[in-house]
Amino acid sequence: MATVELPASPGERTTRTALWLAGTAAFLVVWVLAYGQLVPVSDWAVAQLPLDPGSHAHEAVRFFLYDTPKVMLLLTLVVFGMGIVRSFFSPERTRALLAGRREGMGNVAAATLGIVTPFCSCSAVPLFLGFVSAGVPLGVTFSFLIAAPMVNEVALGLLLATFGWTVAATYLGFGLGVAIVSGWVIGRLRLEGWLEPWVRELRAGAVDLPVEVLKVVDRIRAGIDAVREIVGRVWMWIIAGIAVGAFIHGYVPADLLAGVMGKDAWWSVPAAVALGIPMYSNAAGIIPVVEALIGKGAALGTVLAFMMSVIALSLPEMIILRKVLSVRLIAVFVGVVGLGILAVGFLFNLLFA
Amino acid sequence: MKQVKVLGPGCKRCETTAEMVKAEAIKLGIAVHVEKVTDYAEIARYGIVSTPGIVIDGKVVHAGGLPKAEDLARWLAA
Repeated sequence: MATVELPASPGERTTRTALWLAGTAAFLVVWVLAYGQLVPVSDWAVAQLPLDPGSHAHEAVRFFLYDTPKVMLLLTLVVFGMGIVRSFFSPERTRALLAGRREGMGNVAAATLGIVTPFCSCSAVPLFLGFVSAGVPLGVTFSFLIAAPMVNEVALGLLLATFGWTVAATYLGFGLGVAIVSGWVIGRLRLEGWLEPWVRELRAGAVDLPVEVLKVVDRIRAGIDAVREIVGRVWMWIIAGIAVGAFIHGYVPADLLAGVMGKDAWWSVPAAVALGIPMYSNAAGIIPVVEALIGKGAALGTVLAFMMSVIALSLPEMIILRKVLSVRLIAVFVGVVGLGILAVGFLFNLLFA
Repeated sequence: MKQVKVLGPGCKRCETTAEMVKAEAIKLGIAVHVEKVTDYAEIARYGIVSTPGIVIDGKVVHAGGLPKAEDLARWLAA
């Protein structure tokens, strides 16, 4: 026999909610205080070490001790916020919003929902099938599938931590742009015939999921769960990335990379996109390295194109999608998205010159 | 005997979900038969978009992410 908890009385529930809200507020206060102390604390820590100020090792250690807590703090905050936002959305609800939408506005809606809908790359195929079989147009589905992994909280949080909010916001804007335009182009090409035959015939069953009523406490918990899961997964990569970045920062001569990755080397953007395809998803480890590279003369657009390519065009994901898409369709997808990322790379190099 | 289907392509979360269903059923003393459905077409026919999904006696009760233990108890006891 199952023991069912008695529902808490309204008074008890209000107290509990108040406690959770107070806890969240306290966390935010501690966060702000900790963030304000980053420079003094890291300066103090470096001063305790037997290193000559101005030496290579001193520069490298200082970079590491300042960057690690800063990146972790900002990442935790962004992931927590995004976890709360995402508790308002579900892929099933997003599909209902997109089914039967026209292209154009549909692409805009799909890309925007792609940012806030919880998405895991292991769900990419069920999601694709679920969308297409429920009458979401192919191009609109692609807009979602491009935006969801590309504009994610880890990339945004790290960009915010390392380059500030203008770069993070520009990444968000251009990421959305690539997803909207690429999806629209794929839709215009009328490639429905290139889906695997069984996919075209598939009709989704109607689903009638019990409606979950989430309370404020549940949403705060969703934010905490997101932090535990995502930060727990990527922190090692971030520290490894910062360590490599710290080494570059301390030891690589300034402007060494200007000739190879600077904005005057036009071919560096396509090279960065091509290099990004076989690499997979560790934006977490890459961004701190990228920060150090930029300090040595690499151009921001080149580096962002590389990041987008690593995240949005990944070989493992294509292998998974091959189960539902023909090789020709995957080739078009890579081509269209790749061109979009190239455009972003060149544009960034022009804008942030 | 309750027929439980865990829908998912075989990612780690789907495995964990299946284990959670079994553990919860043992705790409540409910006889269950847990089956994992990994075929994409079949998953889509249930109408879910996110995995893992849980189907109990033909009814979809959950989609996307790990279920909560107390929800599992409620669904199994229903």
